[in-house]
Amino acid sequence: MGHHIKTGLLLCLCAALLCALAACGGEDGGEGEVVELTNVSYDPTRELYAAYNQLFSDYWLDLTGQTVEITQSHGGSGSQALQVANGLEADVVTLALEQDVQAVADAGLIEDGFVQEFDNDSAPYTSIIVFLVRAGNEKEITNWDDLLREDVEIVTPNPKTSGGARWNYLAAWYYFERQGLEEEEILANMTTLFQNVVVLDSGARAATTSFVENGQGDVLIAWENEAYLTMEEYPGEYEIVIPSVSILCQPTVAVVDEVVDRNGTREVAEAYLEYLYSEEAQRLVAENYYRPCNAEIYQEYVSQSEGSVITALSGDGAWIVDAVELVDIDYFGGWAEATQRHFSDGGLFDQIFGE
Amino acid sequence: MKTGESQGRPWAKWALIGLAALFLGVMLVLPLIYILTVAFREGVGVFIAAITQSDALKAVLLTLGTMLVTVAVNTLFGLFAAWCLTKYAFRGKRVLSALIDLPVTLSPVTAGLIYLLTYGRQSILYPLLQRLGITIVFAVPGVILATIFVTFPLVSRELIPVLSAQGTQEEEAAALMGAGTWTIFRRVTFPHIRWALLYGVVLCAARAMGEFGAVSVVSGHLSGKTNTLPLYIELLYQGYDFTGAFAVSALLVVMSVIILILRSLLERKGDKARNAH
Repeated sequence: MGHHIKTGLLLCLCAALLCALAACGGEDGGEGEVVELTNVSYDPTRELYAAYNQLFSDYWLDLTGQTVEITQSHGGSGSQALQVANGLEADVVTLALEQDVQAVADAGLIEDGFVQEFDNDSAPYTSIIVFLVRAGNEKEITNWDDLLREDVEIVTPNPKTSGGARWNYLAAWYYFERQGLEEEEILANMTTLFQNVVVLDSGARAATTSFVENGQGDVLIAWENEAYLTMEEYPGEYEIVIPSVSILCQPTVAVVDEVVDRNGTREVAEAYLEYLYSEEAQRLVAENYYRPCNAEIYQEYVSQSEGSVITALSGDGAWIVDAVELVDIDYFGGWAEATQRHFSDGGLFDQIFGE
Repeated sequence: MKTGESQGRPWAKWALIGLAALFLGVMLVLPLIYILTVAFREGVGVFIAAITQSDALKAVLLTLGTMLVTVAVNTLFGLFAAWCLTKYAFRGKRVLSALIDLPVTLSPVTAGLIYLLTYGRQSILYPLLQRLGITIVFAVPGVILATIFVTFPLVSRELIPVLSAQGTQEEEAAALMGAGTWTIFRRVTFPHIRWALLYGVVLCAARAMGEFGAVSVVSGHLSGKTNTLPLYIELLYQGYDFTGAFAVSALLVVMSVIILILRSLLERKGDKARNAH
């Protein structure tokens, strides 16, 4: 009996060593023309990049004969940026907002001027913030004011960790400011709004899961793309309500200079982001419910139906509601200023949520 | 006396059994049935497709590999630590004993953060690691280290009571008769701790397989590279792939059940061995 156990233990040890060796060996991957690329992205882009990676690897194989293997990582935009700053080896980052890419740059990984590196402020696709409600919209939620009512329960992610949540917050802020309210009144309204929040997840996708799968809350403040994706996944169960004003969200992409220079992947990394602006990729972007930056393709996807409530996806695939008043980040003085004022430790969000 | 009591108050016995059954039903059986139903609701084909996807297989391999390395390291360490703490008297023994227990009392998230801060890019060790070409966090070594950390005391904690109950007399006698250290361990100590050791190993393996918190912090969630099974399940779940998530969960459940069966087999054999003595 003693022998059996000893042999067993020995076997375990050997197997463990073998596995460790195999894991090390696997990293090198010996077949000549394979390049590896890691794209660290934010939460709701899973489906978009799953599709785009396929498109790009076909394109790159045709162009260069190299097989490109793309590894994805998804999570709340702020925490993803922090992971990259802490050493997560990302060749490219495709995050929810410029400030998160700036955080990676501040850690010394990305050279300055990344916003000008690609077209359209390095934002190959944009989005806006909308409300997702349950079919029938029993609580009659039509605009930001309704989110202040006592009987409304809200789901939104945490602006401290999620990029989407920052856009949500700023869109709400702009609405109240546009009503002509003073800062104190806006603060009071924002406090009421966040008191109605029943789940504050760390990322946009986790918030959607809370709202959709776990049945929490009456309204999800969400990325437009996330809301449409939910409509597609659960036809007839949800409605999208587009508030009278919203915000133009520009998710920023960038090459992580330190990593690509070390790995020798600069060429493929730059091509990967550049190709996002190609016609094929822009169509793919629109099919995944992001707003393409190519004006012609944008027009192709503009919905003909007027109205701010969408109860079903139209059959022709045109979905963009063009008639929304959109503010952008420049209104808030750019991300550096907005972050400092609203989201830094002790900033306005801390006052709002601390109370 | 036993029978007298249960005859006197039969309702108490049944109430307790009922309560326990209800508890198990609500807490364990119902969720398990639910997992299996959802996993198979779109047919066996979808289930098999979900667990044989390349990322799923990679997650299984990584989980098994991590488990094996963790078990090997912690078994070795557990043996040394338990031996050291029970057979020798020295200054600082209590501190050491408390330190060994630290990982189970610490939240796994904190454990992950410790490694992130020690070996991540912002650490002073990072330039050195870079020069040596070693990547720890956001790579497989980080996943393994974090798992080892959270399961650190599981083997030694099983061994310490057995070893201290046994005392040092037998070893001393063997030493007096001229046996070497290795022989003493093999012929005198090991037969006593055999079952406790295996029990600790099984416990450690089970815990290593399911670890989520610490691994989540240091893994970087790289699909197909650093995603262990629990992380992969979360990824599927948040990607609206509920059938896939539950299918892979079912797989993890099956792996746990295998370990549970191993455990009860070991317990039975251990009892027999003890009775034979």
